[in-house]
Amino acid sequence: MAISRAKVKSIGAAQDPRLGAAMFGPAVLYILALIGAPFALAVFYAFSDARIGNPTMHYVGLENFRSILHSPSFRQAVQNSIVFTVCAVVIVMVSANMLSLALQKPFRGRGLVRFLLLLPFVAPVSLGTIGWKWILDSIYSVITWVLVRMHFFSPYNTPMWLGEPHLAMASVVSVHCWRLIPFATVVLLAGSGAIPKEIPEAAAIDGAGFWRTLFQIRLPMMLPITLVAVLFSTIFTFTDMTVVYILTAGGPFDSTQTLPSLAFATGIQGSDLAAGAAISLFLVPVLVAVAYFMLRIAHRAEVV
Amino acid sequence: MAVVETRNLTKVFKEGELGAVNDVSLVTREGEFLVFLGPSGSGKTTLLRMIAGLETPTSGDILIGGQVVNHLSPRERRIAMVFQSYALYPHLTVYNNIAFPLKAQKVPKNLHRQKVEWAAGLLGIGKLLDRKPRELSGGERQRVALARAIVREPAVFLLDEPLSNLDAKLRASAREELEHFHKSVGTTTIYVTHDQVEAMAMGDRVVVLHQGVVRQIGTPKEVYEDPADTFVATFLGSPPMNLLEFSDILVGFRPEGFLPAELVPGSKQVRFRYQVKYVEYLGSERVLYGSIEGSRFESKEIISRLSWTMPAGFEAGSVHDFSVAEADLRFFDRKTEKRTEPRPFPWQ
Repeated sequence: MAISRAKVKSIGAAQDPRLGAAMFGPAVLYILALIGAPFALAVFYAFSDARIGNPTMHYVGLENFRSILHSPSFRQAVQNSIVFTVCAVVIVMVSANMLSLALQKPFRGRGLVRFLLLLPFVAPVSLGTIGWKWILDSIYSVITWVLVRMHFFSPYNTPMWLGEPHLAMASVVSVHCWRLIPFATVVLLAGSGAIPKEIPEAAAIDGAGFWRTLFQIRLPMMLPITLVAVLFSTIFTFTDMTVVYILTAGGPFDSTQTLPSLAFATGIQGSDLAAGAAISLFLVPVLVAVAYFMLRIAHRAEVV
Repeated sequence: MAVVETRNLTKVFKEGELGAVNDVSLVTREGEFLVFLGPSGSGKTTLLRMIAGLETPTSGDILIGGQVVNHLSPRERRIAMVFQSYALYPHLTVYNNIAFPLKAQKVPKNLHRQKVEWAAGLLGIGKLLDRKPRELSGGERQRVALARAIVREPAVFLLDEPLSNLDAKLRASAREELEHFHKSVGTTTIYVTHDQVEAMAMGDRVVVLHQGVVRQIGTPKEVYEDPADTFVATFLGSPPMNLLEFSDILVGFRPEGFLPAELVPGSKQVRFRYQVKYVEYLGSERVLYGSIEGSRFESKEIISRLSWTMPAGFEAGSVHDFSVAEADLRFFDRKTEKRTEPRPFPWQ
């Protein structure tokens, strides 16, 4: 008792504002340098006519936004981003729910299954996606090979996984889901593990079947943690460009171009820094909304 | 209402290990309050969970209302269960908690309110219907759990240590309420507890379990006064029965039967010199810890329990004449530990 008192006192004595600031400093610096400054720069560029290789720039007001809003590529990218995010998040959440239910009860080899499941998430995104690029290749695709051998397709008329607009979008969504499902599953497993064992048992005794228990007991009880998983998945998906960039680079005909990949293609590859910055600023409202909800839920569920 | 029966019910969790429940056969009576009593790990909860359908028996049969229900899911067994933790649905209001079984069993919607109000009224929680479980006290939660159990009028009630989460004072009043509640609904009830006071006070009959085996089934009076073996004899009663051993016999007598010689009625009694070593003062009674002086049981530890009406003056270190009436002696076989007929015993 006496020892813990003394400790409390020494911590109290350490409440020197300068020490506090010093401890806090690195985190603030880090955020300012790596997030704050680029963000400020993006806002700055978005109102200018900055180009890579051109040392001069001028203030052009809302000109960049005006031209972007008139560009069909941009409108396509907004639409694609929404389709990409909504499809991926829905698929991820449904699959992760199924997996977390399946992995809840102990069975032989559950540890191994959990480990294998986590692999896609821990492997570097780019490497995994390059692997998928080969799996989905127009000539060497193993999927096509299997489908042809099973006589679903003739060898002369095979699907171009990354070459046809709808198929390309489906491929990009699938690969992204492959990456995100492990993450969401782990989050949901933690959430369902927090439900006391007696509660589903009580529901079974009260006469509830599998679906009623799932929809009226399990899912509502897991709502806060599920929302956290949804919001994280949304951010990961909405801001992701690795999968799109490596698999299709936005093609064919902008059919898989999302806002981040369009911003990169315009601003960096197309040298139009100002337009790229303006495009990327369109991500901000969505991310702010997501962050707001996330903080509210986190506050309510006390996960932070 | 229905009768619950188990036939040679066994549950083995890990192959090759001793079963949690071993070959248990018992039958409840219509409308009975049957208590499963045993120390932790005695298999009483596992037995209850098998009856509920939450655990699959390794072998043996469970019958409810004369029908084998082994293959039936919990919901088809028409049982209600109250869990130790109450297992209320935290995201639902009290009303919806109580109405949940009605919804799940597809009771017509227009009857819900009436039935919920009936159950809530019976348990005196009519005013709490709009609250969430986290806004309730322990006693209120327990009542909600009971209301949820009773609302669909089950054939059998299963209660798994429902009082153990309440504080001592609340527990006594909740016990009384439960007894009253059982009398008013008259449903066959199986009650699991490790607390012998609860078992004795509430049970019509008590099933004493140890290591998954039924040691004795009987009324509280039977299991207390005529224990079937030394386990029951020492598990029931606090402090436990005194046991003296000689060759292949064990003789037992309750501490409250071992009294100052002048207080023991009748001439047929066994007398000892008893040295008091330590006195525990409990208000309504005193518990003496001491040992026998002389005789072949020299320095054997014996406990005596004196009610507060008995004379004082048993200080630590003092030696007295104590005796126990022969009628209060219980004989056990030392090998099997089972009860045997009284037989001659060389006291001195």
